[in-house]
Amino acid sequence: MQLSVRELSKRYKTGDGVSGINIDIQKGELVTLLGPSGCGKTTVLRSIGGFLEPDSGDILIEGRSVIQLPPEKRPTSMVFQSYNLWSHMSVYENLAFGLKIRKKSKAEIRASVDEALKLVRLSGFEKKVPAELSGGQQQRVALARSLLLNPAVLLLDEPFSALDAKLRHEMREELREIQMKTGLTMVFVTHDQEEALSLSDRIIVMNHGRIEQIAQPQQIYDEPASLYVAGFIGKMNFMEGVADGAKIRLGSLALPNVKNLRGRVTAAVRPEDVQLRERTDTEGTLTGKVKQVMILGHYAEVTVELAEFGIIRAFQSKEVVQRLQPGQEVGVSITQMTGFPVDEAKAN
Amino acid sequence: MLWYWKHVGRRRIIEFALLTVFAIFFAGPLVNLLVLAFSEKWNYPNVLPQQWGFKWWTFVLAKDDIVSSISLSFLIATLVTVLSIVVCIPAAYAFARLQFPLKRMFLFSFLLTNAFPKMGLYVSIAVLFYKIGLMNTLLGVVLIHMINVLMFMTWIPTAAFRNVHRAQEESARDVGASPFKVFRSITLPMAMPGIVVASIFTFLNSLDEAQGTFLVGIPDYKTMPIVMYSIISDFPSSAGAVFSIILTLPTIILLVAAQRLVSADVLASGFQMK
Repeated sequence: MQLSVRELSKRYKTGDGVSGINIDIQKGELVTLLGPSGCGKTTVLRSIGGFLEPDSGDILIEGRSVIQLPPEKRPTSMVFQSYNLWSHMSVYENLAFGLKIRKKSKAEIRASVDEALKLVRLSGFEKKVPAELSGGQQQRVALARSLLLNPAVLLLDEPFSALDAKLRHEMREELREIQMKTGLTMVFVTHDQEEALSLSDRIIVMNHGRIEQIAQPQQIYDEPASLYVAGFIGKMNFMEGVADGAKIRLGSLALPNVKNLRGRVTAAVRPEDVQLRERTDTEGTLTGKVKQVMILGHYAEVTVELAEFGIIRAFQSKEVVQRLQPGQEVGVSITQMTGFPVDEAKAN
Repeated sequence: MLWYWKHVGRRRIIEFALLTVFAIFFAGPLVNLLVLAFSEKWNYPNVLPQQWGFKWWTFVLAKDDIVSSISLSFLIATLVTVLSIVVCIPAAYAFARLQFPLKRMFLFSFLLTNAFPKMGLYVSIAVLFYKIGLMNTLLGVVLIHMINVLMFMTWIPTAAFRNVHRAQEESARDVGASPFKVFRSITLPMAMPGIVVASIFTFLNSLDEAQGTFLVGIPDYKTMPIVMYSIISDFPSSAGAVFSIILTLPTIILLVAAQRLVSADVLASGFQMK
């Protein structure tokens, strides 16, 4: 195990913080800590990097506890959200700083810097100073500086959040490429679920200082472990139903009760799992009226007002949407859902 | 000529006139001073001196107490600058980085020395100096000068340290630098412009200080401004002009040298209460 976090807890005076954090990360994995701001994801990352002293728990890197070590002694390297670079040094000096401390020879430093700059596609930028670089270039230099130290774990604290959308996209792809090439273990903090879903081998969803779910992106999306994860990742419809033996009933619909729930159930339904039909008399559909049709490029979001359940959103192909008019009566069926006991909804 | 003025337009003419007035207001006295310093004979109706020369320069530079006052002033200014760096820079770092109770009040207290009438403050300090035997000593003069610059030397570097972002220090720790190395290689160099500006102000302020020196340093510690008073009252105005040029020269040299560093930003950020 490359990185293990055991029962980590850290509470601030304000009452915020994290507790009961357990994470295991394999060598070469890219794991994302995802959650809203204030959920504690940065606290976890900074604890791994040594910039925060946890109240209790342990952190092991390559099997060795690093909890007592200051940041400069830890085999980690961090890319911060901004202000990574030292403005009084050139790009070369920025990159060479860590290597000089490690007493590397001039030739070695030159070679490492060249290689790292090539990796982030900034060859020839050695002599520039940070003020001459764009935001994206600065973050790439910061990434290069971390890469050439060859850390056991690379920590990234929302490194692209200050960049514009297009650049963020490019940087994501680049990071993924670099990760493939170098095989580095990375822990990435973000509040952007799209970033997390597209980048990660595994995602750790956090909320209120606790871990809600650790799973691969597809699994997080398809089988959210909690109502919170269901609502946080992607778009979701929530409907109330009742568990009835092997079935969960949503009005006239009956869906399999996979988790063997009992009593009242909150059903989480992805908009793409909602089917619309023009005929309304078929058995096994709910009836509703089309409220709005929004074209979102290659697909459309249709809002339907259901008689019993209120508003439900459905993603439909362009062909289906062409036959739909606002005010039209439609039959709604659901192909897939995830059920949660209702009490949990109250707790949240 | 007339067609030219018509072409330029009224607004430009007014601007030009204002600029001229401004330039005369500023440069006039300085030009007058320069001319005066190099004149040997200059009587009323003449616009320029009848006789030019270095007579007063040789006169001023030949006087022993003047030359010694120059070296004394520079010695004191250097001591004051070095000592206030030693005292104030760590304080400024603490104000910028550490959290401690009543921090703002402490920072604000540095303003107090500038809030009172100088003479009142000096007299009360002089009373204290009498008791502990600091009157007419170099240390006494240096201390009086330092009181003047405490505010500059704390507030401006505090702002400079604040402008070094925590992430910049943390990333230096991250790549393997010890806390001391971080301060020496990252924080201090990045805050250097602010510190240099504050130091230059301190140096110039000390060169220029007269009231406190007069009270505490007389009779043995006669700095340039003190000697200046007696020259102005005892000799023709040309001698005073020569001496004031000597007094102004270091200011101009230092400010030109530090021109790149002295910006409104550096100064303004020093006076923000955060």
